[in-house]
Amino acid sequence: MNELLPPWLEGIVVALVVASGLLSLVAAIGIMHLKDFFQRLHAPALANTLAAWCSAVASIAYIAGATGRPTLLPIVLNVLLAITAPITTALLARAALFRRRQAGDDLPAPLSTTQVE
Amino acid sequence: MSVTLTAALFFALVCYVAAMALALIRLLRGPTAQDRVLALDFLYVNGLLIVVALGISFSTTSYLEVALLIALFGFLGSAALAKFLLRGEVIE
Repeated sequence: MNELLPPWLEGIVVALVVASGLLSLVAAIGIMHLKDFFQRLHAPALANTLAAWCSAVASIAYIAGATGRPTLLPIVLNVLLAITAPITTALLARAALFRRRQAGDDLPAPLSTTQVE
Repeated sequence: MSVTLTAALFFALVCYVAAMALALIRLLRGPTAQDRVLALDFLYVNGLLIVVALGISFSTTSYLEVALLIALFGFLGSAALAKFLLRGEVIE
């Protein structure tokens, strides 16, 4: 349990853990401060991808170094996040478009030039 | 576990909790319902990251399985809420 890691491995784990915390904080600041909902929708992607991968690699490195048995569970976790996060984002974006259209608010400009009714 | 790593883990946990607090402000204030669902989605991802950091801190893989479950059920919750916002009912 209280095994000491070699210094280079510990440096990697420390850097990744700190980076993960900071990235998640940046994503939260984005959720807090961006003006429009469709801008805020982009902020959690930072936590879903970069922060999650940083902490996953850190935990793989630490557990492999401390217990001697590598684990692949964090990879499974990140694959699961990579599958589910875009689905949630797309559903939320469609829900927001639908609700705004119903409320009669102004919508963001369409991406394609062809007119969709 | 060395002092540096303990300090780094503590710093990361403080960052996650601060991020959750900011998301909680958005969840309580959020002008529309979809803002609240977005904040809830972000909250569960942060809870997952906290559990992974605790797994490093206790150097066990059991916490990673907990994180896997959080990812699954968190996705179910946000997907159901987003579907509800889209249709007005969860199961058609």
